Amino acid sequence: MPSGMLIWPDNPGLSALTWVLLAVVAMYAARAPAHRAIRGFTRVISRSARLLSHSMMQLQGRMSERSREILLQHGMENSDRQIQREFERISTSVSRDLGSYPSLHRKLSDHVTKLDEDYRKSTDTPPDPPGWASALEMANQLVDKAEGDKSVGKAIQALHKGFQEAYDTTMSTYRQQSQERHGMLKRMRPVWKNVDETLIKVDGTVTGILERGQHIDQMMDTYREISGKTDRAERLLGSSALTQFLISGLVLAIACLGGFINFQLIALPMSEMVGATSQLGGMKTSAVAALVIIMVEITMGLFLMESLRITRLFPIIGSMDERTRKRMMWATFGILLTLASIESSLAYMRDLLAADRASLSQVLSGIQASEPEFRWIPAVGQMVMGFILPFALTFVAIPLESFVHSARVVLSHAVEGILRLVAFLFRLIGSLVRYLGDGLVNVYDIVIFLPLKVEELILSGRAVKTATKNADAAAG
Amino acid sequence: MKTQRKILATLMGLVLISGCNPRAPGHGVFLLIDTSGTYTEELAKARAIVNFLLGRLGPGDSFGVARIDSGSFSEKDILVRMTFDERPSVANDQKRQFKQQVDDFTSRISSSSHTDITGGMLQGVEWLNEVGPGRKTILVFSDMEEDLAAGQVRDFPIDMMGVDVIALNVTKLRSDNVDPREYLNRLQAWEARVVDGGGTWRVINDLERIEAIMDN
Repeated sequence: MPSGMLIWPDNPGLSALTWVLLAVVAMYAARAPAHRAIRGFTRVISRSARLLSHSMMQLQGRMSERSREILLQHGMENSDRQIQREFERISTSVSRDLGSYPSLHRKLSDHVTKLDEDYRKSTDTPPDPPGWASALEMANQLVDKAEGDKSVGKAIQALHKGFQEAYDTTMSTYRQQSQERHGMLKRMRPVWKNVDETLIKVDGTVTGILERGQHIDQMMDTYREISGKTDRAERLLGSSALTQFLISGLVLAIACLGGFINFQLIALPMSEMVGATSQLGGMKTSAVAALVIIMVEITMGLFLMESLRITRLFPIIGSMDERTRKRMMWATFGILLTLASIESSLAYMRDLLAADRASLSQVLSGIQASEPEFRWIPAVGQMVMGFILPFALTFVAIPLESFVHSARVVLSHAVEGILRLVAFLFRLIGSLVRYLGDGLVNVYDIVIFLPLKVEELILSGRAVKTATKNADAAAG
Repeated sequence: MKTQRKILATLMGLVLISGCNPRAPGHGVFLLIDTSGTYTEELAKARAIVNFLLGRLGPGDSFGVARIDSGSFSEKDILVRMTFDERPSVANDQKRQFKQQVDDFTSRISSSSHTDITGGMLQGVEWLNEVGPGRKTILVFSDMEEDLAAGQVRDFPIDMMGVDVIALNVTKLRSDNVDPREYLNRLQAWEARVVDGGGTWRVINDLERIEAIMDN
């Protein structure tokens, strides 16, 4: 205790006790305003925290609503695009496979008519064998009976012979006609086959269209759900967005590695073109130039994918008229091809530089410089890589589009989660502070329990006296 | 709004132009080789150092080799000096030529009667200041025992601002073995001279640690 506070300098204990008693008395005297101050202060903090929590939840709600709208909007656009593409496919299929259906139908009709005619022609009309047989039998009997009469016998024999010859001729003609009919039926086989093939083809096309129709039905159901803004649609789209985010992020990471390899391939030879010493913003100009080339390649790849209508990152390209779009597609492809060729030559130059450097190192180390065997293999490999990588990087546009769209949703969900957490923390702080205020009031009362007890005793004594007086008065 | 955009564009242009330095800072190295007395026996090591430096220096760097003889403050004592081209392939060709010239010199070297180290250092500082690299290094391949010819004046301060001086392979003389303090005093005197001139001083005797030459 500071010496200035010692009431009795010789007795610090007594001084301290005196101060404590004075403090308790002062606290007792200021009990009501002190309680109000403690409760007021904690209430301000508690209410502010709850207000902040409420604001956070409101913000989160607005964000959630906005995020939901974006998600559903994107889902609808996507679904719309898929349905449109499916219709385009059906249209292509119909115009390709069924466009020639009238002529196919005519051909089929011709085939069927021909088949019908041929079939009719091939109908079997055999002679009446029993009639011929009985006539010949009768002739034979007559020949036997007329053995005595030679002239009759000769006449009957001539008749029998004539019958026999006529029978043979008829049978021969019949056999010939049968053979012809068989030949006709044989010739009908490829026509039947043709008809069968044509029908199978038509069946395949129609089945394909039906399947596509069913697929479109499913997509239309999804579209209806999304346009109806159902919770199921939102859940499905949200889950899909997270999957897309992860997968496209992974693919982009792989693409970044590819870009890094591409950079390593052309950074050294670029120093032959722009010099190895100049710098741009703290980076070697050759490295910047290599980066610029890679960036231009990626940009051209994006434009190419947009022109092909594979991605839709730039609506202005998608809305171009067909002619301009095709021109742009060829222009970007041309630039990409040129850049790939440049990269290939740079990759070859890199190999030459590396070989020159290795040779110099050998000379400086006192080793006889030698030409390694199969040195052409890495040179060719580097050239091919230099040519292929720019085209491979073109496909970055597809995961990039997915990443951009899904990142918007996923980040929005993440921010919502953070906001919910912060709101919860503020609410928790508010409650804690409120209970802390009550606790502090109780602690305050514990400190001044002695005067409070005295007050309680006095008040209860007074109450007893008043009750006794009232009872006496009532009795008197 | 348009004016603001113009100002912004101009500022960005200035930033880019200022960042675009056509001449890189680079590293300038000047190697002094002592050719006096018995030190010529150490020339094989000097060749190894030259080869090492040629391997480490890149395009845009400058490299000079000079001999320390009786009067080293002379252009004639500079054997080879080159600033390597910005293109790596050309720089490699220059390095081959450089090595060839150094090899030719070391094969026909003759011992000098005196050792003018100060003159060589002055020559080196002058050349490095003229070339103007971002980092300047003078390597002294010598026993650091200066032996001036009669009448030569070298006891004056040298301006070595921003120059790193590295003494390489400082061999001990016979007298140093008798009294090692001579060796230590000799090195201290050189250090004081270099540091007073604004430079830094290091000694690398173990050539296995030759990599340390390129350290900052």
